[in-house]
Amino acid sequence: MPTRKLIASSHPPYRHRDYVSTRLRAPEQPLLRVPQFFPDRAGPPIGSTMLAPVDADLTKNGRCNGEPVGERIIVAGRIVDQKGRPLPRALVEIWQANAAGRYTQPTDQHDAPLDPNFLGAGRCESDASGRYSFRTIKPGAYPWQNHPNAWRPNHIHLSLFGSGCGSRLVTQLYFPGDPLLTLDPIFNSVPAGARDLLVAQFDLDRTEPGIALAYRFDIVLRGPRATPREA
Amino acid sequence: MLRQTPSQTIGPFFGFGLVPAQYGFAGAAIGSGTMVTDQVAGQRIRITGQVFDGAGMVVPDALIEVWQADAAGRYGGPAQEPQAGSPDAAFTGFGRVGTGAKPDARFVFETIKPGSVDALQAPHLHVTLFMRGLLRHVCTRIYFSDEREANLRDPVLRAVPHDRRDTLIAWRDETSAFQTYSFDIHMQGERETVFFDV
Ligand SMILES: [Fe+2]
Repeated sequence: MPTRKLIASSHPPYRHRDYVSTRLRAPEQPLLRVPQFFPDRAGPPIGSTMLAPVDADLTKNGRCNGEPVGERIIVAGRIVDQKGRPLPRALVEIWQANAAGRYTQPTDQHDAPLDPNFLGAGRCESDASGRYSFRTIKPGAYPWQNHPNAWRPNHIHLSLFGSGCGSRLVTQLYFPGDPLLTLDPIFNSVPAGARDLLVAQFDLDRTEPGIALAYRFDIVLRGPRATPREA
Repeated sequence: MLRQTPSQTIGPFFGFGLVPAQYGFAGAAIGSGTMVTDQVAGQRIRITGQVFDGAGMVVPDALIEVWQADAAGRYGGPAQEPQAGSPDAAFTGFGRVGTGAKPDARFVFETIKPGSVDALQAPHLHVTLFMRGLLRHVCTRIYFSDEREANLRDPVLRAVPHDRRDTLIAWRDETSAFQTYSFDIHMQGERETVFFDV
């Protein structure tokens, strides 16, 4: 009987000592495993009908009286399941700070300028081969209160709906060579061998000459969990 | 098998991107707390509550997503498995609320009472919860206090230890004219909500 090769989880634990906010928010009881908790059916019917092409271009979707400030970049990649099969029509939502490291959200009190021409949020859907693409501004680093002189590395937040409830993912994309990465408790909460999965790769082939550099970020979502019969 | 892209916290500043209208930003969201329109069939209900951390403090930066069947127990969605009849086209069954939109960090879902999806399961909603300080989302279910008989048969509730089942029950507010249920979520402590490994 073939044995399935076990792979270590790439996800962080709920409680990570160096990320202070986990201490009062991480569940203390083990998660309860209930067979057939989610039947293998599709997740919520997220309507693609509401998506417009400009939703995927953050350099345009927040314009008021000019162009947003900062370095234009392309962020693109493929969304696949754990068997490498492309996931078409996966909804990707992103949100981020502007080039100065400031979020549009009013609760962000960081003393850095807002950009009247940059909202910092967008969304798109993967195509038939699982490909997605955004154009945006490279986000700046920003300080936070976790520990003295704490700074978040440059990052873009992503939310994904794959093909079912089990594939739901919220994560963050980081940039190669960022000196803040090894100091960041949120990045470091991921098991050491899996952290590089969150670092986008510089992608010369996808750059738009004269306009924007490009970063490739491929995403692997969990497939439907095997039923007991298959196991 | 490829390794899954690791999860990271949703952070505190998701509102303008994921639920813009609730936080005063322009732009449509894929879901809100108002899940019903006039066209939707079924008993109108309201589910409201708060999220509490391990110190008993209310959490003002959580995102709650719910996903439920229509009044006849059918799930919407393009790729659903065939079921008898077709789902209520006016009802997506999906709701999404950020707790920072209201001063008391209360979430409110205006929806319909879901039907039973099969002979065994009691009416329920799926809940996915994200927040700053939560490195991976958690999943739970909302059942209803006025479905006692059905709850006793439900295979998921039956798998939950007796003394923790109440954490999954939304309690009917008998003083309210509108059919209202309260459902608080506790991340830690004596009343820690049951979260499922899905
Ligand atoms: Fe952030």
